[in-house]
Amino acid sequence: MDALTIHRLHFAFTVTFHYIFPQLTMGLALLLVVLKTMALRTGKEHYNRAARFWARIFGINFAMGVVTGIPMEFQFGTNWSHFSRAAGGVIGQTLAMEGVFSFFMESSFLGLFLFGEKKLGPKAHWFAGFLVFLGSWLSGFFIVATDAWMQHPVGFQFGPNGEIMLSSFWGLLLNPWLFWQYLHTMTGAVVTASFAMTAVGAFYLLVKREQDYGQTFVRVGVTAGIIATCLMLFPTGDQQGKNIAFMQPPTLAGMEGLFATQAGAPLALIGQPDTDNRRLDNPLVIPRALSFLTYRRWKAEVKGLDAFPGDRWPDNIPLLYFSYHIMVGLGTIFIALMALAAIQLWRGKLFGQRKLLWLLMLAAPFPYIANTAGWITAEVGRQPWIVYGIMRTADGVSRHVAAGNALFTLIGFMGMYAVLAMLFLLLIYREIDRGPEVA
Amino acid sequence: MMETLWFMLVAVMIAIYVVLDGFDVGAGIVHLMAARKDSERQHVLASVGPVWDGNEVWLLAGGGTLYFAFPALYASSFSGFYLPLMMVLWLLILRGIAIEFRNHIDSLVWKPFWDVTFGCASALLAIFFGAALGNVVRGVPLDNANEFFLPMWTNFGVGGNVGILDWYTVLVALAAFDTLLVHGALWVTLKTAGDLHARARRLAQVGWWALLPLVVLLTWASFEIQPRLSESFGARPWGYIFPVLALAGLIGMRVLHRGEIAAFLCSALFIIGMLTSAAFGLYPYVLPSSLDPHAGLTVYNAAAAPYGLKIGLVWFIPGMLLTSGYFIYTYRNFAGKVNLERSGH
Repeated sequence: MDALTIHRLHFAFTVTFHYIFPQLTMGLALLLVVLKTMALRTGKEHYNRAARFWARIFGINFAMGVVTGIPMEFQFGTNWSHFSRAAGGVIGQTLAMEGVFSFFMESSFLGLFLFGEKKLGPKAHWFAGFLVFLGSWLSGFFIVATDAWMQHPVGFQFGPNGEIMLSSFWGLLLNPWLFWQYLHTMTGAVVTASFAMTAVGAFYLLVKREQDYGQTFVRVGVTAGIIATCLMLFPTGDQQGKNIAFMQPPTLAGMEGLFATQAGAPLALIGQPDTDNRRLDNPLVIPRALSFLTYRRWKAEVKGLDAFPGDRWPDNIPLLYFSYHIMVGLGTIFIALMALAAIQLWRGKLFGQRKLLWLLMLAAPFPYIANTAGWITAEVGRQPWIVYGIMRTADGVSRHVAAGNALFTLIGFMGMYAVLAMLFLLLIYREIDRGPEVA
Repeated sequence: MMETLWFMLVAVMIAIYVVLDGFDVGAGIVHLMAARKDSERQHVLASVGPVWDGNEVWLLAGGGTLYFAFPALYASSFSGFYLPLMMVLWLLILRGIAIEFRNHIDSLVWKPFWDVTFGCASALLAIFFGAALGNVVRGVPLDNANEFFLPMWTNFGVGGNVGILDWYTVLVALAAFDTLLVHGALWVTLKTAGDLHARARRLAQVGWWALLPLVVLLTWASFEIQPRLSESFGARPWGYIFPVLALAGLIGMRVLHRGEIAAFLCSALFIIGMLTSAAFGLYPYVLPSSLDPHAGLTVYNAAAAPYGLKIGLVWFIPGMLLTSGYFIYTYRNFAGKVNLERSGH
C-alpha cells in the first residue's frame, strides 16, 4: 500500500469509528430535551427517571465521542499537513469556532446536567439539558461547515504562494452547500437516536420488564422516528441530492452508476458498476426517474461519467455507488418501518404487537450503517479532491510521514478502538440491564 | 501586529490549558501515590470528574486557534512530531476513558485496572508534553519547505544529532512531570480532607524541593541551547517580568503552603510564568530551526492572511467572554471539598 492510501484509511477509520458516538449524542440531546420538557409539563417523576436513564447512556457515548474526537483535529496536522498549510486559514476558522462556541458550552453544561440535578432544580436542569443540546448541534454545524467548504469551496482567494486565503467569513458560514447538508446530517442523528430509544423500549416490552418505561421510550422514539425518517428523504435528502447534481455532477453520475449521458436517465435500484467496461451489470431500474428526481422533468438530460475527463471521476466508483445505495435503501426501509409502527401506535395496538416490536428492536444498528454510508458517499464522492476542484487529495497529504509510520499508528488505533468498542458495548449493556428505576 | 496579537492569544490559551488540564493530569500522577483506599481514589476522581473534559477543551480550542491563525506552524509541527503526537492521543484516550469508566463497575479488578491506567497515562502525558515544549524551545531541523520529521530517540550525545527525546528535552520532560505533580498534589490538597489530604500535601512538598534543582538546571540549559532566549531578554528587558512571575509563584508555593487556594494559585502562576517566559524568549519565532539560528517559522511566515486574522477577533472575543462565564459558573458550582454524596460521580 502506498502512503497516500494508508493516510486516507487512517482518517477514514478514525472518523468512521468516531462518528458512531456523536450521531447518537446529537440526536439523543434533542430527545433528552423532549423528555425533560415532558417532565416539566406533566410534573411526573417518571419522565425525569426516563431522562436520567438516557443521560447515563448519553454520558458513556459522550465520553467515547470526546476521546475519539480529539484525534480528528490532530490528524489534519499530522497526516494532512500540506492540506493544512494551504487551507488552514479557512477551515481552521470553523474548527476553532467549534471549540470555542460548542465544546466549552457542551462540556460545562453536561457536567451540570449529569451531576447537578438536585442542586439546580427542575427548570435550571431543563435549561442545562437544553444548552447541551444547543452545544452539540452547534458542534455539528461547525464540522459540517468545514466539510461543506471542502465539498464546495467558497469565500476564498489564492495568495501569492498558492495558499488559500479566507476572503469572506459569511461566505464560509452561509455556504450554499452547508444548509441542506447540515439539516440532512442532524436529521440523520435524530434517526439514530430515535431508533435507539425505540429499540431499548421494545426490548423492555419484549422481556416484560420496566414496561411503563418501555412504552414511553417506544412512544417518544417512534414519534421522533417517523418525523425524522421522512425529513431524511424530503426535503433534506432531495435537496442534498440537488446540491450534488449541480455542484459536483461527476459525483452524482458515480453515485447513480450512470456511465453514459442520456435524456430520460433511469434510476438504478440494484446493479453492480463495472468501471472497466463502463456499464452497470445486472441493473434493475426505474426508467426516467433519475431525470425527474434531479430536474423534475422526465426527459431531462443527465450527464453521465462519460461527460467528464477520467481524472475528475471519483476514484472509487463502486464504493461510492454502493454506499449511496445502501444509504437510500435503508432510509426507505426506515420510513416503511416507522410508518407501520406509528400507525399501530396511533391505533393504540403497538405495545402488544410482539413481531413489530422485534423488528423495532433489531433495527437499532441500521441507522448507524445508513449514517456511515451517507458520509462515505459524501467523502468518496468528493474524490479525487480534498478541496473540490482546487486541491487534489494526493497533494494534501503529509509527504514526509512515511507509509510505515502511518501504518504503525493506524494499527495502533485499530487495536485501541477494538478494545474501546468492547468496553462501550459492555457498559451500554449494563445500563440497559440496570434499567431506569435504579437511582 | 495582528500576528503578534494572535501569538499572545494562542500562548495564553495554551497556558490556560496547561494550568487547567495540568491539575487533572497532576491529580492522575498523584492518584496512585496519595490515594490508597478505594474511597480515597473516588475522591481524587470526583475532584476532576466534572471538570476534566472542559479543561481538555482548551487543548482543542487552543489547537483550533493555532490552526487557523498559524496554519504553517500547525502543519509543520504536527506532522514533524508525528509519532509522539499519536502517542499523546492514545494517552489522552486512555486517560479520559479511565476517568469516565472507572466507577461504572464495582469490582476488585475493574477499578484498580483503571486507577493504574489513569495514573500511568497521566504521568506519561506530562512527560510527553514536557518533551514537546523542550523540542519547540530547542528547535527542530526544518528543511527549505519548513518541514521536518524527527526520530524518537538519539544516541543521547550532547548536541549534534537531536531527536524528540534527547538530554535537553528529557530534562524539560522531568521538570514538567514534577511541576504537574506538585500542581496536581496541591489541587488534591485543596479538594480533599483527612489522610488523602495529608499525603497529597506531603507529596506537594517533596515535589517542590525536587523542583528547585530542576528549574535551575532547566533555565541554564535553555539559555545554553537556545541563544535566542538571551537575545530576546537582552533586547526587551521588560520581558523579565515573566521569569519574575514564575519565581514569585515558585516561592509563593512554599511560603503560602498553608493557604490551600493560595498555594494552588501560586503553582498556576509558576506554570504561567515559565510558559510565557519561553514564549517571550522565542518570539518572533514559533518553531526555530536547530540547523540555522536565523531560520525557522516565525509569527510572520506562519500566520494566516490578514483578513482571516482580523475577522477571527470578531468571534473570538465574544466566544472567550462566554467561555469565561461558563467556567466561572461551573467551578463555583463544584467549589469546595469533594463530597461524594453530593457529586454522584
